[in-house]
Amino acid sequence: MFDLIHTLLSSYTIRTVALGAAVLGVLSGTLGCYAVLRRQALLGDALSHAALPGIALAFLFTGLRELSVLLLGATVAGWAAALVMMLVVNHTRLKEDTVLGMVLSVFFGFGLVLLSFAQKQPTAAQAGLDAFLFGQAASIVERDVLTMAVIAAVALGLMVLFWKEWKLLSFDPQYGNTLGLPMRWLDIGLTSLIVVAIAIGLQMVGVVLMSAMLVAPAVAARQWTDRLGLMVVLAGGFGALSGVIGAVISSLARGLSTGPVIVLTVSLFVVASLVFAPNRGLLWKWWRHQRNRERLQGAVQRGELVLGVPALDETGS
Amino acid sequence: MSVQIEVQLIAVVIAAACAIPGVFLVLRRMAMMSDAISHTVLFGIVIGFFITQDLGSPWLFVGAVLTGVLTVSLVELLNRTQLVKQDAAIGLVFPVLFSLAVILISTFAGNIHLDTDAVIMGELAYAPFDRVVWFGVDMGPRALVVGIALVLLNLAFVTLLYKELKLATFDAGLAAAAGFVPGLLHYALMGLVSVTAVGAFDAVGSILVVALMIAPPSAAYLLTDRLPRMIGLSVLIGAGSGIAGYWLARWLDVSIAGSMATMSGVFFALVLLFAPERGLVAQARRRRTLAHARVQT
Amino acid sequence: MIPRDVPAIDVTHVTVAYREKPVLWNVDFTVPAGVLLAIVGPNGAGKTTLIKAILGLVRPAAGQVLLYGKPYREQRRLVAYVPQRGSVDWDFPTNALDVVMMGALWGIGLVSPAWSRERDMALEALDKVKMTDFAERQISQLSGGQQQRVFLARALVQDAEIYVMDEPFQGVDATTERAIITLLRELRAQGKTVVVVHHDLSTVPAYFDWVTLLNVERIAHGPVADVFTEQHLRRTYGGNIALLTQPFHAEERSQPYV
Repeated sequence: MFDLIHTLLSSYTIRTVALGAAVLGVLSGTLGCYAVLRRQALLGDALSHAALPGIALAFLFTGLRELSVLLLGATVAGWAAALVMMLVVNHTRLKEDTVLGMVLSVFFGFGLVLLSFAQKQPTAAQAGLDAFLFGQAASIVERDVLTMAVIAAVALGLMVLFWKEWKLLSFDPQYGNTLGLPMRWLDIGLTSLIVVAIAIGLQMVGVVLMSAMLVAPAVAARQWTDRLGLMVVLAGGFGALSGVIGAVISSLARGLSTGPVIVLTVSLFVVASLVFAPNRGLLWKWWRHQRNRERLQGAVQRGELVLGVPALDETGS
Repeated sequence: MSVQIEVQLIAVVIAAACAIPGVFLVLRRMAMMSDAISHTVLFGIVIGFFITQDLGSPWLFVGAVLTGVLTVSLVELLNRTQLVKQDAAIGLVFPVLFSLAVILISTFAGNIHLDTDAVIMGELAYAPFDRVVWFGVDMGPRALVVGIALVLLNLAFVTLLYKELKLATFDAGLAAAAGFVPGLLHYALMGLVSVTAVGAFDAVGSILVVALMIAPPSAAYLLTDRLPRMIGLSVLIGAGSGIAGYWLARWLDVSIAGSMATMSGVFFALVLLFAPERGLVAQARRRRTLAHARVQT
Repeated sequence: MIPRDVPAIDVTHVTVAYREKPVLWNVDFTVPAGVLLAIVGPNGAGKTTLIKAILGLVRPAAGQVLLYGKPYREQRRLVAYVPQRGSVDWDFPTNALDVVMMGALWGIGLVSPAWSRERDMALEALDKVKMTDFAERQISQLSGGQQQRVFLARALVQDAEIYVMDEPFQGVDATTERAIITLLRELRAQGKTVVVVHHDLSTVPAYFDWVTLLNVERIAHGPVADVFTEQHLRRTYGGNIALLTQPFHAEERSQPYV
């Protein structure tokens, strides 16, 4: 056992990947809270697919496979997609989920066009689609982790700075407008952070699974608390923990890709939270239900309560 | 028939097959469910492959359809706990099934050919070389035969259950009161989406199926208020995207499926701008005339 | 600071259109300060759109709204909004006190009043709507009426001159209805102006001083005693008036039409 831990900690690759996954987990977990609360859980899915044309263009123009260059491309494309979505939702009768689905698939299709174009170029060092789809955690080096950590730190700083504003944006944006707060800019700012988080995550877990990194920690955290502050902290913790656990497990077995293992880990957190969380959890609810029924039956048997007369509730509406 | 024409025919037929159920996905606000299904059917294909060891087996279809229904059921199960909202439930379910599929492929199917690239991108250019031969007679490319079957199946479903679909889409409560089973209809529609997604895979790949299911009906929705016309327009716009996409791809020598999705987006953008009543240009013009009319009264 | 010689709200020729049809057509009226005004009209009459135009949330295709003689942009601090209860997700992870504190959120980033002051103001507002005991309660565990009172408290924290409320009486219990009425009268006593979108015709004379009858166009506007007549109501509600006037006659209110 001790040997195993020792091997893990001393392996450069595992250490780097685990650290990277932890950083990604914190960032996507915390930001995901807002996405989930604003019912934009699938925004991450859409934006991560939409990043493909940006990455392909960045690669076409620079011929570089630097993380920072591809990040920039992904961010710009994700941003463009987000703006297109806002435009269409605000000006047509199409519903948000329809627009998400359309932007996701059309941008992705355009990305495939660019990618197939890039692969014909003589300079193409094979910017593989696979790497984009499933991530390439093993290729992450220390410098990448550093880049990710800096970006994550800036993002967390902004979240502290705009804490109250983003809470209001998530709860009641129209009211925020009447207070004179620039809700549209706050929205764009928050969405931009999510775009950046996605761009970071692409290399680690890939397009398809990035959405789980945003949604799952937030959903798990929501079950344990009724306060937004604690929820954000917990979600960051769940994200980081599942990142590390997933990275370590995938390094133990040959052929296990990191992204899917991280996603399965974080999904287990969700299932456990849904079942066991106090107060909101299913087990708790079931127990409360049973107890109520027993009490009610007891009361009826003792003649304290006659069934058939509905109880009046003054406060209920 | 030349290869060129066959490829275009396949594109048109597949686009039409996708557009028909797509109309109801857009109207019922289930667009992202189709995205989820298009990802999770990979899981069904993998399971089907493990059982039959044959990529051409019809059991892969069955597996994929079952996974589609499984996806919908899991989402509803999560939703019914009231702990998770619908969109988050979708965002939780499909990555799990997709992850399982990827892990299964990479650990157990490493040495056989189940190309994830092909599942996601499709290989329309090679589709004409995979032919169906019955009793020694060449019936045409497999993708074309499958596509025509899908169109017929989807058309039959929509025509036979037209009244029910219409009512359940616009007023689920009334439909239930009238004795329909909206849940059953919902699952049937999702099953149809799964079948269509799997059938269209070979040609255009999983993610672009979503483009062909969502973009043409969205454009049609901005052009008309009548359901039959919306279905017709969706099929037309889808078919147009197919042909335009093919020529764009040929011209630039790029991915055909990607070009089809791109063109469906271009068509949507054109409609968004220039639709006679709901387009952005018309909206701006109406604002101006209204302000004008006010000044004169 | 607040000019007393101009009306609190001045709506001139406001026209709003979402799609083909105008939702509001050439709406004109002024509201003097210190008045409780009900906006009344059938479904689709544009009531919510009208208050959104007053709050600068929708841009009119034509016309303008002035608050104490200036556009909304310059008078934001003078206006507090109480949205419809159904407009937010009450499962949001926060408690009643926290929601009320949102009303004290001016400026952006860290430049906002000190935390403790915000908190005191919020607690005071909660006390006014008799919700002190529920300050730490998760908002999903409040009844509909209690949620409405939380929204009212949030508006009170803003200490505004003009209060705009969208259907505050919708689906609330008797306790809350009484609490809102007491609050409205207190606000009037302080010279504040309150605009309320209201749907219960039978309570208009008892609760409000002024009324605006709206059906896309402004049908009538003025003191309740002058304009809340059967003839005006008939013009506002069209053929449905028979149905709507029944409560008056059935309940035999002591002061009908006053």
